[in-house]
Amino acid sequence: MDYTTFLQILDSTLRLATPLLLACLAGLFSERAGVFDIGLEGKMLVAAMSSGAVAYLTGSAWLGLAAGVATSLLWAAVHGIAAITFRGNQLISGVALNFLASGMTVLVAQAAFGQGGRTPALSGAARFGELTLPFAEMLRPVPVLGPFYAEVMSGHSILVYLALAMVPATWWVLMRTRFGLRLRAVGENPAAVDTAGISVTRMRFAAVAITGILCGIAGAYMATALQAGFGREMTAGRGYIALAALIFAKWRPWGALWATLLFGFFQALAFRPDVVTAVTHVDIPVPALEALPYILTVLVLAGFVGKAIPPRAGGEPYVKER
Amino acid sequence: MAGPVSSAPAIELRGISKRFGTVQANRDICVTVPRGTIHGIIGENGAGKSTLMSILYGFYRADEGEILIGGRETHIPDSQAAIRAGIGMVFQHFKLVQNFTVLENIVLGAEDGPRLSTSLSKARRILIDLSRDYGLEVDPDALIEDLSVGHQQRVEILKALYRQAEILILDEPTGVLTPPEADHLFRILRGLRDQGKTVILITHKLREIMAITDNVSVMRRGEMVGTVATANTTPADLAERMVGRKVLLRVDKAPATPGETILEIRDLRMTEDGIERLKGINLTLRRGEIMGLAGVAGNGQSELLAILGGIARGTGSIRMKGRELDLTGREDGQDRRAQGIAHVPEDRQHLGVIMDFAAWENVAFGYHHDAAYRRGVFSDNAALRADTNAKMERFDVRPPNPDLAIKHFSGGNQQKIIVAREMERVPDLLLIGQPTRGVDIGAIEFIHKQIVALRDRGAAVLLVSVELDEVMSLSDRVAVMFDGHIMGTRDAATTNERELGLMMAGVTETA
Repeated sequence: MDYTTFLQILDSTLRLATPLLLACLAGLFSERAGVFDIGLEGKMLVAAMSSGAVAYLTGSAWLGLAAGVATSLLWAAVHGIAAITFRGNQLISGVALNFLASGMTVLVAQAAFGQGGRTPALSGAARFGELTLPFAEMLRPVPVLGPFYAEVMSGHSILVYLALAMVPATWWVLMRTRFGLRLRAVGENPAAVDTAGISVTRMRFAAVAITGILCGIAGAYMATALQAGFGREMTAGRGYIALAALIFAKWRPWGALWATLLFGFFQALAFRPDVVTAVTHVDIPVPALEALPYILTVLVLAGFVGKAIPPRAGGEPYVKER
Repeated sequence: MAGPVSSAPAIELRGISKRFGTVQANRDICVTVPRGTIHGIIGENGAGKSTLMSILYGFYRADEGEILIGGRETHIPDSQAAIRAGIGMVFQHFKLVQNFTVLENIVLGAEDGPRLSTSLSKARRILIDLSRDYGLEVDPDALIEDLSVGHQQRVEILKALYRQAEILILDEPTGVLTPPEADHLFRILRGLRDQGKTVILITHKLREIMAITDNVSVMRRGEMVGTVATANTTPADLAERMVGRKVLLRVDKAPATPGETILEIRDLRMTEDGIERLKGINLTLRRGEIMGLAGVAGNGQSELLAILGGIARGTGSIRMKGRELDLTGREDGQDRRAQGIAHVPEDRQHLGVIMDFAAWENVAFGYHHDAAYRRGVFSDNAALRADTNAKMERFDVRPPNPDLAIKHFSGGNQQKIIVAREMERVPDLLLIGQPTRGVDIGAIEFIHKQIVALRDRGAAVLLVSVELDEVMSLSDRVAVMFDGHIMGTRDAATTNERELGLMMAGVTETA
């Protein structure tokens, strides 16, 4: 495998890792605050559908993004009301919202556009275009790093760079701000937060809202940047892969980056069976390659990556004790 | 607190009442706590102490009554308001975030501005001053989970002081401490008082009230029985006020007449989650004696009881009446009972009973195969009900209603039902863990009498309790556990609290 091919795979790794990374950071906010969210998948899906539809109708990718974030927030609000206000079972609420998303997206898209549950193909300003980073062509001749900069780092939509910037931003918010301290505390021991005179409910809703926004961006990216429009079940389990990556990352932002890049790399490999065959000298069927990220997910969830300690109050509705 | 009148009492409660459904938790409570004193509030479980303090800390709102802080009427709708009024609370179960540092726990909720670094550096400076002023040394950068319970409690006190609390409420603060740690806490509290702070100590331990408080208020069944200067009262007098009748504080028992050896434990070990919980236990029990296992909770007592009771595995050897017991998990609690071992578990509500089941069903548990409770393959519910009725009468269980779900009985009556179930078969060995946890004084007296009576009928009793007073007064011999070892065994009549306290802290005589 030559260097150019390798860079091409890394380039597509970054593209494919972006929705996983956004969803993984989304889950990180929610779970660090003690609210399990199995509904990342559903939120991405509704965001993808609404952003695809709005981008097509308005011709603006940005309006599509706004619509995606808004619908995802709506889903997050329902989860918040069920899990925080009414202290319902967080897994059940998440699963129910996923089912609702799966059915509603196809139903609405079919009713609106009559194209078999798809939204019409997007083009031009209705899609996020590729940005060329400064000096990309100028630096290309620099050995090793030049092509890496031009091929891998440059030439993505703005949402890819946003996702990457969210990693240090998340770290800073969690570890260096008052909001982050309270958010982490509410996921570890909500009673400590409550007796300190801070509302547990408000903190958890804030976290769930951030989850909604990030899932919205992830879904909009799927429909308006990675692909050109919404397709039925287009998230294909990425919300669950993001949850596995979150465990892999031990609920840390930088870990989330590396974990989702790994999953993205496996997804990228599935697009280049020729390269895999050339490197391994084994003719691996494409479906087997496509299954790799999911197999990795199962392995992660089965605990083959060592012991990961989740936030202590995760999944527990907070009930004020006597 | 802004500019209080210096002569005004720190707290004055006037006619506080609080009702939960049909339960009157507090009725017309009036109490005055002078500034710069340590004020004890004593009462049995359910007397309304915690409800009263929760009202003061803004967890509940009183139905009626007024709260005066520093002489002015204060409205306390939530904890934030209580903190603003200068009230700090140290809960029985600490409200700390385990994987945060001491500093992070202290600033949580009291940060200065949205950026953490400024809050943390300011807190670090203040913390150093507070530590020096009150003798509350603690490493600001240590993680809470790495600190001993005593140090965690200091963090809770520091949290309150950091919020400029003038009034500190401590709810059962010594329940989790070794005697030396409790002594240290008392020194800290005296220091706080001498610097003008007001301390309210909620406890059910008469000894602590006598040792440290200036005044004491006694509560009974939601009412304030009275407030007296501690110097003018005695433990017996306080106990009588708490219960409403004369109580025998000492356990009345004849000297033990130990018989043959019945239980021999040799080199018993147990590892759980990769941690060695029992590190070679050797212990011998004879008929007709009560062996008390003293120690701070979590030093292996629970594991030892669980293995003896057949609900946990271990390695080593246990001989009961000369016969080797199985430790591999092949024999269960049922088999242990068949060998004459009865077990009153420490965690009554999880292992002792099923809370939603009726009393008579709970009386059957573990003995449901008994011929007396059976008619062929069916259980004889009428016989069970009759037997439960009889037990309730003998053990003075109230209300004497076999059909009532266990959760509707008070802690003391739940325990009486379990003790009746396990004792009435006259076992050769009774394992009894925390027999009086959450049990009122009247029932404690009764349960202690039953344990002594069982001993006098020739049974051996292994008593595990974190209440050192209980172990010392009830046992004939005392073994102290620390970190999975037996530190030593002493004659209960000749040892003292200081000696046992040092052993509980892991200090050996030779060291």
